[in-house]
Amino acid sequence: MTPDGPAPKVADLDPDSRSELERGQQQARDASTAPPTRRITGSAAGHQPAAGSRLGSGDAGVEAKAGIAVRLEGLRAFYGEAEQVKGIDLEFRANEVTAIIGPSGCGKSTMVRCINRMHEEIPGAHAEGRVLLEDLDVYDPAVDVVAVRRAVGMVFQKPNPFPTMSIFDNVAAGPRLSSRRRGDLRQKVESALRGAGLWDEVADRLDEAGAGLSGGQQQRLCIARSLAVEPEVILMDEPCSALDPIATLKIEELIDELKQRVTIVIVTHNMQQAARVADRTAFMLDGKLVEVGPTQEIFTKPSDPRTEDYVTGKFG
Amino acid sequence: MDAAALSGGDRSVLERSPLSRLPDRALKYGLTALAALILALIVYFFIRLVGQARPAFAKEGVIGFVLGNDWNVGAEHFGALPLLVGTLITSALALAIGVPIAVATAVYATELCPLRLRAPLTLLVELLAAVPSVVYGLWGIFFLAPKLQPAEQWVADRLSVIPFIGGGLVTIPNYFITGLVLAIMILPIVSAIAREVMAAVPADHKEAALGLGATRWEMIRLAVFPYCRSGIVGGAMLGLGRAIGETIAVTILIGNAPRLGAHLFSQGYSLAAAIANEFGEAQGVHRSALFAAGLVLFVLTLFVNGIARLLVARASRGTRAAAGGRGPSGTISVADVAAGA
Amino acid sequence: MSAHGASTDRLSRFAVSPARRRRDRLARTGVLVGTAIALVPLALIVYYLLRKGLGAWSVSFFTTDPTGNTFFGGSSIGGIKSAILGTIEIVALASAISIPIGVGVAIWLVEYGRDSWLAHTVRFFVDVLTGVPSILFGLFIYIVLIIGTGSTYAGYKGSIALALLMLPIVIRSAEVILLLVPAALRESALALGAPRWRVILNVVLPTALPGMLTGVLLAVARAAGETAPLLFTAAATLKTNFNLGGFMNSLPVQIYKDVTSPTTAVVNRAWGAALTLVVMILLLNLVARLISRRSRLA
Repeated sequence: MTPDGPAPKVADLDPDSRSELERGQQQARDASTAPPTRRITGSAAGHQPAAGSRLGSGDAGVEAKAGIAVRLEGLRAFYGEAEQVKGIDLEFRANEVTAIIGPSGCGKSTMVRCINRMHEEIPGAHAEGRVLLEDLDVYDPAVDVVAVRRAVGMVFQKPNPFPTMSIFDNVAAGPRLSSRRRGDLRQKVESALRGAGLWDEVADRLDEAGAGLSGGQQQRLCIARSLAVEPEVILMDEPCSALDPIATLKIEELIDELKQRVTIVIVTHNMQQAARVADRTAFMLDGKLVEVGPTQEIFTKPSDPRTEDYVTGKFG
Repeated sequence: MDAAALSGGDRSVLERSPLSRLPDRALKYGLTALAALILALIVYFFIRLVGQARPAFAKEGVIGFVLGNDWNVGAEHFGALPLLVGTLITSALALAIGVPIAVATAVYATELCPLRLRAPLTLLVELLAAVPSVVYGLWGIFFLAPKLQPAEQWVADRLSVIPFIGGGLVTIPNYFITGLVLAIMILPIVSAIAREVMAAVPADHKEAALGLGATRWEMIRLAVFPYCRSGIVGGAMLGLGRAIGETIAVTILIGNAPRLGAHLFSQGYSLAAAIANEFGEAQGVHRSALFAAGLVLFVLTLFVNGIARLLVARASRGTRAAAGGRGPSGTISVADVAAGA
Repeated sequence: MSAHGASTDRLSRFAVSPARRRRDRLARTGVLVGTAIALVPLALIVYYLLRKGLGAWSVSFFTTDPTGNTFFGGSSIGGIKSAILGTIEIVALASAISIPIGVGVAIWLVEYGRDSWLAHTVRFFVDVLTGVPSILFGLFIYIVLIIGTGSTYAGYKGSIALALLMLPIVIRSAEVILLLVPAALRESALALGAPRWRVILNVVLPTALPGMLTGVLLAVARAAGETAPLLFTAAATLKTNFNLGGFMNSLPVQIYKDVTSPTTAVVNRAWGAALTLVVMILLLNLVARLISRRSRLA
């Protein structure tokens, strides 16, 4: 539903204080924008941003889950006394890829690690605010952190398969925690490996050590490992930065397919990568969210001058 | 350019005088000689020990000595089996009791302990290594053994159907109490090594496990233990080596009965205890037999320590490779010294 | 605030089964209990040492030699003066022998030998030496210096046995510290044209000194507590003796002898001596730790 009359320019407002209304207006505007063209042609589904937001500007006919997969409200993250993430309100739409870009040290990894509550594993670190998985605040004291981490998976910068385990055991490690039935396990492992695009390459050597694969294969193994517990969201923290370009390409193609199954949030310092894989991009600077929007817009006509400076390479 | 032309003398300025090179040369060769001395020392040690042990082996035969079940000083018959078995039983007990506790403290200190408590806890465990073995013997025989005797008797009575454990009269000095005190003595060594390998587990793997939705204990099982396995086993074997060689505490606590103890709570003997007890007055073949016992002890500890070091080296090589940096820290602890690590 | 009840079932698909939670709690409790158990012996030892040992302490305890009189109690049994002095003398000589040699070998290993086959062999044998039971050192010295020379027990022979025991500890800890001295430090000194021995003496050693001192003190503490190497080398005598060429008493040996005595007073003296020994060792450890904290390397 488009608003009556001219909407105030979103960029004129401080992004941190944008009201729900403005955000809704922004979403509605997005719904009418043509989807950005992409170098990688994935499947047709998922190109349209899901628009089933609370404010009712819903487009019908979106497959899989409608709506917002994760919403951050006033998220702040601290290392001891130092505040690294300074109040973020951000939404991640279901079955979309959202990229988080920004210069080193702006807090993008920290913010993302708050989503699955890995941030608090660091001694002295804590977070405030709300992280909502649909209705549920993961920081609610009644919520079990272990359950959150099953729902929100994570792929790390350096591929880290468990070194002492075989390929099969690596992928099975997650499901094994809750059920040990062999038949189930086998099926889950195969499904996960297929989802990660690795099945064909390793089906005949599932008993070999996970650490014996190439870097790109190891990272896909880690993705399979995360997929095996059937999460709703997968967080990726610069997953390709340790990989060569060919492996990177494979993973980017994979991300495009994966978003049918899960919502993906990817932190990347590589703007070209964000342009290639992400439906929406958020730009962070100094712990705050500067701007968020469809990737094409962020890179071609950003609203905030800081965003423009960053994407044109004036600083980095 | 001709170097010699740089100076007026028959030596260029770039050359050092032979005299000034002397300290360097002297230092280098002197120290090399010193290092070589260490090698020579050990070889010499072994040779002399064998020499002194020979008469006993001649009398009993090597197998006869090691496996003969009769250590009879009066009859001049020396079968060292009771000694060997006593050594092995008490050491095995020390491992069985000490290693799980040591690993538990290592797990607690590295994974579960609040940060502020880590250093004090580590210090307390390491202080156990500062207590000399004669004090352990003293404390063991006058405090621990009498206190535990009723309980030991109860166990022996309740479990009388199980051979070797039950069904006998419990003496105050016995295999069990010796093994228990030995377990306390090896705690700091095993714990220190376990702690070190556990602390070296890359955070990556731990995070990967947590990220999958593992509970803390599941994370330790998934990411920490498999990584540390060989290191912990190596540490345990170092503890075993220490337990095998321990003399004074064992002499005080084992009862020094020169025969195979009938059950866990009876008196026995050990290789090192025999030497400590009997050497003062030993003559002739007896003395040679004691040297032979020392030789057996030497070979045993060499073997165990050799394997231990191999395992620990392999574990730390792995962690160093994974971490891409240094291995063990540069701080020396009491446990390091006790382990010679 | 979000609708609580409905939302918590949202994650029920991912919930942790009670069995897993139980296992986690059980394991954590087990680990905690194990750690607590590990701390109990220390507490008991300290308590008992203080209780029985302090009782034996008195001025005459420290100022009179043991009389060897074990049948009657009270003041007729004497104190432990010769034992304390003997330990100090024997360990001092042992340190004087082992420290220079140990540090020298460590310097060679780090500065000269490095990766050569000789260095690897030496390191291997030093490893071997650390695992040797202490009584074997005593036996070895017995063979070489008593049988071999046809002479009898002497304090200095005990010192040599202890020095052998300390040697691998000193070498290892010194090597670790020397390896921590940054290569850049050495290189900048060498680049100034200083000969290698100067670099070692004036640059490397001073930097490594606190760390090495720590290792040395810990080795000394270890040696002070050893009984077995002294049993057949220094033997024991009752009288205070400043001649290391003769028999010499020492605390561990004195304690060992007294432990088996039937006389309560003698056993009490053993406790007092044990407390004295432990205090000495703890002091050495404390000083070692304080120095280590001031080291720039650790």
